[in-house]
Amino acid sequence: MNVQSPPSREERIKKLQGLGSSRKRVEDARFTQGTGNYVDDIKLPGMLFGDFVRSPYGHARIKSIDKEAALAVPGVIAVLTAEDLKPLNLHYMPTLAGDVQAVLADEKVLFQNQEVAFVVAQDRYAAADAVELVEVDYEELPVINDAFKALDDDAPLLREDIKDKMEGAHGPRKHHNHIFLWEEGDKEGTEQALNNAEVMVEEKITYQRVHPCPLETCGCVASMDKINGKLTLWGTFQAPHAVRTVASLITNIPEHNIRVVSPDIGGGFGNKVGVYPGYICSVVASIVTGKPVKWVEDRIENLTSTAFARDYHMTGKIAATADGKITGLWTHVLADHGAFDACADPTKFPAGFFHIVTGSYDIPIAYVGVDGVYTNKAPGGVAYRCSFRVTEAAYLIERMIDVLARKLDMDPVELRIKNFIKKEQFPYQSALGWEYDSGDYHTAMDQATKAVDYPALRAEQAENRVAFDRGETRNLMGIGVAFFTEIVGAGPVKNCDILGLGMFDSCEIRIHPTGSAIARLGTISQGQGHATTFAQIVASEIGIPAEDITLEEGDTDTAPYGLGTYGSRSTPVAGAATAMAGRKIRAKAQMIAAYLLEVHEGDLEWDVDRFQIKGNPEAHKTMKEIAFASYNQAIPGLEPGLEAVSYYDPPNMTYPFGAYFCVVDVDVDTGVTDIRKFYALDDCGTRINPMIIEGQVHGGLTEAVAIAMGQEISYDEIGNVKGASLMDFYLPTAVETPTYETDFTVTPSPHHPIGAKGVGESPNVGGVPALSNAVNDAFAHKGLVHTQMPHDHWRVWQTAQRLGLTG
Amino acid sequence: MSDIDVKMTINGQEIEAKADPRTLLIHFLREDQNLTGAHIGCDTSHCGACTVDIDGKSVKSCTVFVGQANGSDITTIEGIAHPDGTLHAIQEAFRQNHGLQCGFCTPGMITRAYRLLQENPTPTETEIRYGISGNLCRCTGYQNIVKSIMAASRELSLKEAAE
Repeated sequence: MNVQSPPSREERIKKLQGLGSSRKRVEDARFTQGTGNYVDDIKLPGMLFGDFVRSPYGHARIKSIDKEAALAVPGVIAVLTAEDLKPLNLHYMPTLAGDVQAVLADEKVLFQNQEVAFVVAQDRYAAADAVELVEVDYEELPVINDAFKALDDDAPLLREDIKDKMEGAHGPRKHHNHIFLWEEGDKEGTEQALNNAEVMVEEKITYQRVHPCPLETCGCVASMDKINGKLTLWGTFQAPHAVRTVASLITNIPEHNIRVVSPDIGGGFGNKVGVYPGYICSVVASIVTGKPVKWVEDRIENLTSTAFARDYHMTGKIAATADGKITGLWTHVLADHGAFDACADPTKFPAGFFHIVTGSYDIPIAYVGVDGVYTNKAPGGVAYRCSFRVTEAAYLIERMIDVLARKLDMDPVELRIKNFIKKEQFPYQSALGWEYDSGDYHTAMDQATKAVDYPALRAEQAENRVAFDRGETRNLMGIGVAFFTEIVGAGPVKNCDILGLGMFDSCEIRIHPTGSAIARLGTISQGQGHATTFAQIVASEIGIPAEDITLEEGDTDTAPYGLGTYGSRSTPVAGAATAMAGRKIRAKAQMIAAYLLEVHEGDLEWDVDRFQIKGNPEAHKTMKEIAFASYNQAIPGLEPGLEAVSYYDPPNMTYPFGAYFCVVDVDVDTGVTDIRKFYALDDCGTRINPMIIEGQVHGGLTEAVAIAMGQEISYDEIGNVKGASLMDFYLPTAVETPTYETDFTVTPSPHHPIGAKGVGESPNVGGVPALSNAVNDAFAHKGLVHTQMPHDHWRVWQTAQRLGLTG
Repeated sequence: MSDIDVKMTINGQEIEAKADPRTLLIHFLREDQNLTGAHIGCDTSHCGACTVDIDGKSVKSCTVFVGQANGSDITTIEGIAHPDGTLHAIQEAFRQNHGLQCGFCTPGMITRAYRLLQENPTPTETEIRYGISGNLCRCTGYQNIVKSIMAASRELSLKEAAE
């Protein structure tokens, strides 16, 4: 008889497909066969469709609304306006930033495409017909969409609803269009450092208004069951639990009678964090009609009304010694928040974590001041694939370092290395109050410069410049470097909440008697592959193969409470909760194993998937055996069952970092900028699934390409949004997208249970400055210090022309 | 306007239906036929999430009236896998090479790749990039999509050689 030898330790580890395994995704079977379940796929009996009448004006008074013709369209059930919502006190809703936003325009409109009326009909065609027939009489008002003019003495009053409220959510408002002044750091000391500096540089750097533009737009289905009083709301929500709580507070429906479900989500990138008028109107319409109501925005509505990002007008000043040691950083931002302050930031941080602006550098003193202003633009200000305002901060400091390098005639890599926070300085206290958990910047930069052969690139560029001046080529080569530090994973709760909801996260694990498991989390995947990667964390912690673990998120009736997925917080916070819940299970399993093996708990040690007696590994109980015993064997002093829940409040945030290099060739006669090389080294601490990390980096870099090279939501002077469809808003195709080289170092987070830091947003944060620095670098020897994004062909050509380089 | 009668073959099955003549094909497929694999991403024929195969051509079904598809032979993502339920080589290659993330563009992307590999069974990387340039993806940066289609091309060529 053949006796099979028991699997080796290595085989047992491999079978788990735990941490470090490039496990294939469990999500893919349904997505590749068209059986995903996105919100617009939901179909309920009797379901109605909602559609918005929107303002054609940027700023206008509503004189009258005539619904009659619209209501006469066959199939139209109702037309809601602010007047209908007022008795319910739902014509305004609270924003995440402590402001209020009109659900349906109350007496006036403040941005083009603002929601004015909500048509409810039996099908989407009837709704669209009726939208055209709602007659709204407007009186145009003067428009402000230049943030620099918003605070002029004679600037028209935009927010009549709060005109007497001069104390805002974040302190006093100094003008009727002012939202807040938020300051951090030592202003006086920094100004002194600037005054005493051997070298000082100053630059005005704008990060244009862009949009996250996930391929699936925002939408929901609201269904009020009048018999049992329960509201179910399916929607594209990055934070379903927060939506439930906010919905309960707004509507007064008890929270246990609200079920919020995020089904499959077709990309979020920050767009799906906020609460939008479409959700409120759908809920109201379902309550009024007693039928399910679906609302899904189209692409133009998406780009013009839900959640823009950036629109930061930044000024940076750096003080330095003549040999390039930075002695101070002063920054000011004029933040254009649009018509309502609907930024998605933790409550205490109206400019998010912008004060990570000292970046990867040991800067002894710094100051940040941010003035938020209202304009006649769409509300939002979300973190488009970045932690709150971190990409703005990284863009500013990484551009400013290059500006300083030009001034000092120093190599930008050398200048960065000279000012890096050193490995031995971690945990590092930044001048603006953060405690960086871990980092090894010198090693990362060294690895990156070697990988791209930086000296050879600079030598090639020197030759290119000579050849250009001789007329042998019309291309200029640019080399961009960025070394970013992110700050992700909000909480801790003591610092971070949204509308009072603490930013912890959660995981609940139940082991089934036969040794498989289900884990539920308070987060929600939008493409990141949580069902794959979080099962890997569980697998490594409790020794059950990942393929035997079901992972669920997004249903508030079943998942434990959590604050959702954005700001790269899932792995740092919910990932930590997952590990901690796993450890609780393991602790109980150890007691069960001790009973079964008739030894003291302390005599046992954990080994991959089992507890074994120290020094006698033959005597062991696998987690599978322990699971069965936990349910089916009466163990004195222990409750039956094997499950645990962990609510994890992180002690600190995590600080992923990376070194990016980008090489471009700019055709000065056309402005066409070809990305020849893009190298990205990321350090996200412990790596859970390298395949998924690499995919995240590819995607984030492509969003960085989109932003740096073309995306912009701009407005003309009378308030029209220019180019807000995919005809004009730049999403790169496979043709313009370069092939990326990815690389990594591993510096674990010391406070995270498995040392992971989060990665999804790093490539956007680091990619934008790397690209922008490359374009600026191409013209540096011709005297260019800074040119504004986006670096589309037209703007790049204009720069070349201004410098006298065009043919 | 009164409804029109339409007749077409969808994923090998003949169907007859009545439809409002202004119904877009994507709405007909998703809402009348319950084939929700193809998605709506832009309404302006730019994103390709709604791509289906009509009479041997990749078509963006958000820009076709249902009447225009009358009499045609349509394949959607739901009809790509083999009748026995096993995945088509392209679907398998997307899974093996991490060619998708949120999955929203994936049905259109795979349906386009399915046609591309019939038009050109052994495309170069550049030919693939141009070949899928009518389909936008916001998650993957295309790198692994290109890799997936290359892998599927190799797999299908091997299979053909074996037959």
